[in-house]
Amino acid sequence: MSVSSTPINRPIKSGWWNSRTFRRFVRHRLAALGVVMVILLTLACVIGPYLLPYNDLYIDLRARFSPPFTGYHFFGTDPLGRDIAARLLMAGRISMLVGFAAMILSTMIGATIGVVAGYYGGRIGTVLMRFVDAVLSFPSIFLLLALAAFIKPSPIMITVIIAITSWMEVARIVEAEVRSLRERDFIMAARMLGLSNRWIMFRELLPNAMGPIIVAATLTVARAILLEAYVSFLGYGIQPPLPSWGNMLNGAQQYLQSAPWLAIIPGVAITLAVTSFNFIGDGLRDALDARSDLS
Amino acid sequence: MTRYILNRLGQSLVLLVLVSMIGFAVLNLAPGGPLSQFALTPGMTQAALDRISAQMGLDRPLIVQYADWFWRLLRGDWGRSFRDSRPVLDVISGHFGATLLLMGTATVISVTIGTWVGIKGATKRYSIFDYAATVGAMVALSIPTFWFGLVAIYIFSLKLGWLPAGNMYTIGNGTFLDYAIHLIMPAMVLALVDVAVWSRYMRTATLDVINQDFVRTARAKGMTPRRVLMKHVVGNALLPMITLAGLQVPTLLGGALVTETVFTWPGMGRLFLDSLGYQDYPVVMGLLMFSAILVLLSNLAADLLTAFVDPRIRLT
Repeated sequence: MSVSSTPINRPIKSGWWNSRTFRRFVRHRLAALGVVMVILLTLACVIGPYLLPYNDLYIDLRARFSPPFTGYHFFGTDPLGRDIAARLLMAGRISMLVGFAAMILSTMIGATIGVVAGYYGGRIGTVLMRFVDAVLSFPSIFLLLALAAFIKPSPIMITVIIAITSWMEVARIVEAEVRSLRERDFIMAARMLGLSNRWIMFRELLPNAMGPIIVAATLTVARAILLEAYVSFLGYGIQPPLPSWGNMLNGAQQYLQSAPWLAIIPGVAITLAVTSFNFIGDGLRDALDARSDLS
Repeated sequence: MTRYILNRLGQSLVLLVLVSMIGFAVLNLAPGGPLSQFALTPGMTQAALDRISAQMGLDRPLIVQYADWFWRLLRGDWGRSFRDSRPVLDVISGHFGATLLLMGTATVISVTIGTWVGIKGATKRYSIFDYAATVGAMVALSIPTFWFGLVAIYIFSLKLGWLPAGNMYTIGNGTFLDYAIHLIMPAMVLALVDVAVWSRYMRTATLDVINQDFVRTARAKGMTPRRVLMKHVVGNALLPMITLAGLQVPTLLGGALVTETVFTWPGMGRLFLDSLGYQDYPVVMGLLMFSAILVLLSNLAADLLTAFVDPRIRLT
């Protein structure tokens, strides 16, 4: 049996650290691991470039194709003799920034469409949700590449395009959540108080749907980092010399025989980052879902 | 049943119209619209551009252009490739078989492995196997497909020399075995994400069925757990998976694009990238619409199949 908590009888306020949600979250060790990894990755990408003796754009043709873990370059060098460790960290800044920004933008689009569709329901809701279905009918990579080829690629435009192709999940989740919240007493009360529709949607309904939104947003970061890697790998995303984890892999295939580290190292970075965000999202889902408490 | 089918067909038609609107919007997003490919030609004058624009009907209101475009889409007149002037649909259908083969093989692999892992995870819940499968699925979902392909090529082609690194067959050799050897690595790489998704959903579906009364009854009357599983659980747990198979098609198509690029597989995905490189927009738009229609059709097929095998659906 699940006990539904209405926002009226919130538990007595105590520190967030001894809340049930937080304890459950920590209990999920993978999620904790994910948080630690994200913090480490972020710190490395923010501080790391200042500590390394090499610039990510410095070309040293005498030191081309140095293998990793030997000589002066920790992760070796690329076909132009640029230090891979330095590039990896700078690329991490770009890739994670694009991932975060795309998450914020797509969550905003998705939450707005979801709350409008769920609150009004009826014809407006149907049309909006059919539109969501229609966008979902396009394989996102096809849509992403077509859009990226049509516009001039810059980090901001890539972010916008990724957001445009990944808001649908959030919209669906918010719509379902809002549709069930709509009939609750506190919304009735808000209506009777004469609050405006906009106030009810964004001040009453959305805050109460925050749990699922946060889960979806976390998973969207993972998805956005992956999508950026895909388009950049295929040459339509972040353009060199600006490094991103995806475009570092762009030319790697032709050197697979002679310099396999070019392909392996950035891929490990992507996998680490994406896995971490997926772990966090999964842990948050367990922590924020009241039902999982009982099983 | 007839009513259900008609209802579902109507939904698909509505979606097709919406999908075509999005496609048309993307088409007009190209800088300068569909004219952009002529604008860069040396010696192009504004007067000539206007004339082309009139010839292509671009001076008409957008809504008329859309209606015309949609009508030609339905009739199968998808324009001609800029590259070799062949009809777009011919170009696409020439590459569709390879993609279908790749996706089909990947689906068979992921359904087989995923179903097994899901059932085992559900029957031995919270065992080491279950945890390993859960974590493994999450990691598999996080690995970029193209990178997994590169690593697979590095290990199995370059280091071990067991499998060819790309292409669909050896020129001058077209035996079944030759195709199979070329197919196995891209299909496995493409299946990775699908295995993860399938095993997760299969686990949940199996757990749902296991906790139902008729399973308890079957056990109570003395059936062995194995027979209960085979006779009552697996079939019922597979029912919602038909829908999932339909829903996975866009993911598979996207994965196929990347896999085909890495393995130089001559399918739709590579055609898409090549056409982007040549700025062959009719083919790009054609593939975009073709893949969306493919997704619509496979979802429709999945729903109809579910209704066909599960009487509960069509009665409600």
